[in-house]
Amino acid sequence: MNLFKIIKDIEKVDAEVYDRLDSRRGMFKSVGKWGGRIAAASVPFMLGGMLKKAYGQTSNNNAIIEVLNYALTLEYLENEFYAMGLAASGLIPADRKAIFQQIGKHEAAHVTFLKTAIQSLQGTPAPKPTFDFTANGTYSDVFSNYQTFLALSQAFEDTGVRAYKGQAGNLISNNDVLTAALQIHSVEARHAAMVRRLRAQKGWINGKDSGGTVDAIYTGEDNTTQGDVNLTTLGYSAAAISQAFDEPLTKEQVLPVASTFIKS
Amino acid sequence: MSKLIIPEIQESHMQTKGMLTPMGRGSFLKYLGASAALTALVLTGCKDDDDDMTIQGVNLGSGDTGILNYAYALEQLEAAFYSQVISSKYSGMSSAEQEILTEIRDHELVHRDFFKAALGSNAIGSLQVDFSSIDFTSRTAVLGAAKVFEDLGVSAYNGAGKLLQSADYLLIAGKIVSVEARHAAAIRDLLNPNSADFAGDDIVTASNGLDAAKAPSDVLTAAKTYIKNTINASNLPQS
Repeated sequence: MNLFKIIKDIEKVDAEVYDRLDSRRGMFKSVGKWGGRIAAASVPFMLGGMLKKAYGQTSNNNAIIEVLNYALTLEYLENEFYAMGLAASGLIPADRKAIFQQIGKHEAAHVTFLKTAIQSLQGTPAPKPTFDFTANGTYSDVFSNYQTFLALSQAFEDTGVRAYKGQAGNLISNNDVLTAALQIHSVEARHAAMVRRLRAQKGWINGKDSGGTVDAIYTGEDNTTQGDVNLTTLGYSAAAISQAFDEPLTKEQVLPVASTFIKS
Repeated sequence: MSKLIIPEIQESHMQTKGMLTPMGRGSFLKYLGASAALTALVLTGCKDDDDDMTIQGVNLGSGDTGILNYAYALEQLEAAFYSQVISSKYSGMSSAEQEILTEIRDHELVHRDFFKAALGSNAIGSLQVDFSSIDFTSRTAVLGAAKVFEDLGVSAYNGAGKLLQSADYLLIAGKIVSVEARHAAAIRDLLNPNSADFAGDDIVTASNGLDAAKAPSDVLTAAKTYIKNTINASNLPQS
């Protein structure tokens, strides 16, 4: 078994094999140096392990990068929405500015965090789209009417909560990314609750009530069965059950809604 | 108050029926004599004025079941807390506050009973809570404790997600944690209205916008004050 011949053979079909092995390059040098001191029998196992890790992670990373870029696009949307809202004179009442400055600060931090995470996985952050927060005129007064601004803020935050939740399973193989996504997810939920309170609500989603925002964002929120448990059989009201669990949205459900706010 | 500290339990299921049913000292000792599962059992702090020997040590178990029992324990704690908040209201509780706290109580009851039903025969028993450190007549004390419980709950779910193997359970945990985060924001807003506290820099790291995530051992240490049972989390997954 010739370790270096195998690597050379791989190099013929994959010029970047050494880059994929990356941090393991040092190990290859060592192998060369030690030469025959490595027990011949251990080489196939070692090589198999290295290649599995390098290639397994690459394909896995691509799926994770895709999720992170999807999240990044939603964070771009939120970040720009609050930046424009805070910049619009006379929109946000003075005694509510601290709330939106805090939300805006988090969305900006999420954009930076996700870009860094994507780059650390050797991915390329998606470019920021051009947004149209009027959704082609549907919300023409979004930056002059505080109530319209609040309604869209609620819609975006609840969408964020549901969108992150919908991706958790796709991140299960990467503990660090999964945990970070959960940590962003609960911040979006805090935002959503606060914005709902500014809209004279308690903070949670009741049934699939959109509160006059976008109905499609609340599809399935009236679910009363979790796992195999039909919670209505435990004696609770459908309202309490639906409030107690926030439901996920798939990418396929989110993108049509998000795209109404994306010009290009 | 009596505590059973059970450092070594060879079988992960403390769910054995006999161990969950509260029993008097006599039958307990009989059980102890008969049980080979308990390799060590230490009784501590049995005060003279408290002859209650029925508080059981609780072993959360291992794998996903262990994590679900961990969540079940925290939901039991929250449900018991809000039940007491509503049954003994602090002075000056506004009707708006009462509505919010009642709905939160209902959510926690639903969460608790969901886990109990989902875990079935693997569920730990009912925990005995200790809220003697909370002054339920004081608005500040009650909302302050609520804030602690909600923030702790959020950080617990955020930290436990990676410990789950099943994507289905991970999703359900995700469905609950965002509701806990909504509670946390609402409670924080009641305490300090219209400020940045709903997602304050004390809980959300300003530089990266990430909420807290805590390991089960840290969460259980923080929750210990409020739970009489000694909780054994040593078989929970570590990563």
